Amino acid sequence: MGMTAIEKILARNSGLARVRPGDIVTTKVETAILFDNNFMETSWREILHVYDPAKIVVVFDHRAPASHVLSAKAHQTGRAFVKQFGIERFHDIGFHQGISHALVADHGYGLPGTVLLCSDSHTCSAGVFNLAARGVGAPDMTYAVAKGETWFRVGETIRYDLCGALRPGVSAKDVFLHLANTHGDHATMNVEYGGPALAGLSMNARRTISTMSAELSVEFATFEPDQIMIDHVQARTDAPFEPVWPDTNADYADKRVIDLNLIEPLVALPDAVLNNARAVGDVAGTDIDQAFIGSCANGTLDDLAVAARVLAGRRVADGTRLVVTPATQSIYRAAMAEGYIQTIVEAGGVVTNATCGACGGGSMGLLGPGEICITASTRNFKGRMGDAAARIYMASPATVAASAIAGVIASPMDYFT
Amino acid sequence: MNDLFNDQISGRVWVVGDDINTDLILPIQAYYLPVEQQPAWVFSANRPGWSGDVGQGDILVAGRNFGVGSSRPAARSLKNLGLACLLADSINGLFYRNAINFAFPALEAPGVTALFKEGDRAEISFEAARIANPASGKTLDGVPMPAQLLAILQAGGIYSLLQSENLIR
Repeated sequence: MGMTAIEKILARNSGLARVRPGDIVTTKVETAILFDNNFMETSWREILHVYDPAKIVVVFDHRAPASHVLSAKAHQTGRAFVKQFGIERFHDIGFHQGISHALVADHGYGLPGTVLLCSDSHTCSAGVFNLAARGVGAPDMTYAVAKGETWFRVGETIRYDLCGALRPGVSAKDVFLHLANTHGDHATMNVEYGGPALAGLSMNARRTISTMSAELSVEFATFEPDQIMIDHVQARTDAPFEPVWPDTNADYADKRVIDLNLIEPLVALPDAVLNNARAVGDVAGTDIDQAFIGSCANGTLDDLAVAARVLAGRRVADGTRLVVTPATQSIYRAAMAEGYIQTIVEAGGVVTNATCGACGGGSMGLLGPGEICITASTRNFKGRMGDAAARIYMASPATVAASAIAGVIASPMDYFT
Repeated sequence: MNDLFNDQISGRVWVVGDDINTDLILPIQAYYLPVEQQPAWVFSANRPGWSGDVGQGDILVAGRNFGVGSSRPAARSLKNLGLACLLADSINGLFYRNAINFAFPALEAPGVTALFKEGDRAEISFEAARIANPASGKTLDGVPMPAQLLAILQAGGIYSLLQSENLIR
């Protein structure tokens, strides 16, 4: 039998002819991304040696600008680290600020066929560029930065072929919620995405799916390469790269087809992402206090465009707060140029700077006891966005925007007829 | 973090369900606190008061997909709470890495939640991944931790290794 795309990428980067599920492999790390939490005094261990400063990226995203003195001190430690080792790819507060996974997409940091590590769990986001990208903890990052390598446990792979096309008003987020609802967790396994529908999905839409795959507990989420992806990366970097296609006789644990025509807007109920979604109609009318659109999964320009389309000429309901957070400052600038920011603000939405913000409950837009939020971000876990007694529903940006206008959970479909 | 690895583990069992996430283990409020204060917050949202009931050497038995969620050092909180071992039907890969790196013994053992009820005693041969419930007489073979990873655990975690090579302070 042949190898899946991720098996071939892991084999290539560990100098092996082939790898099989169950193997432990040691690979070189092409890109290692540290972010502000790594430098917090409760996590940081001073690194005395760096294997290659050119392979390292440093990003301040989780608490940027600083939300506490603790995070301000983390930023100071991070800046000193960047200076000490001469790291050029540094995203401080300012023009190049943003969430690491979105910056990887913006700047072409994820080279197809390579290994990328970052100590944020949504690092599988970069799998959309056909690489072995995974989130690890601060200890693994420290090891990778110091030694330029890491280990992986090779898991079995499930192949998802996407076919058909999404109806207007239905988004990649709904595709993910459908998958999570139908197939549950994929702990210890990989997912590989391909199929004829990819050609009709923007890189941003695909990246929503790869990013959200962290919630499936995958080891890796890898997209099959196509020209749209290759053109995206080539437009952003001069570095050479070699994409990896799966073998035609690759050995998958299972092959599943998802028909996009059949997807409808879904809402995950509070406290769990997996096996926990309902059709939006089933929860329509639920009161909300806050609506949030942002994060590495849903802070793209496409997401802001959808929000603006729904909000244009309308107002957020009295008693409801809409918080919108672009994933990078460059997305923010593009959204300004397109008029999306103006539209959202005129509707009564609050647009923040690029940061993880409300998604992780780290800064801005936190929830109080008993409050209800509908969010287009990554997680709806208990306590995720503030008080543990808050309730978090999760949906697409279109559904969140429609709900913000209604002041209750509402279907977006009327806005897309 | 450098306490000696013990291959034979036995202790009182606590049982939790599927999909226990890192926000439950290390809530965001606790993330800002000094490391030694973080364990008191474990499961404060889903099982208030529990962290005070856990004794040194107790064992946590969990369902599927334990540790789904963020990269935060949640495994460190479980270790510092005094738990001797995690046994789960399946474990999120990122949590598993953190467990090894923080020298917190964790084994995947599909079916383990059926072997124990809360308050039972578990006996574990860690390297062999052999799990027993002496009261019921039932045993279960889990998935042994691969040798390369066991070596990190036995060394006291990855920071100990890096420190011994003078790569970190």
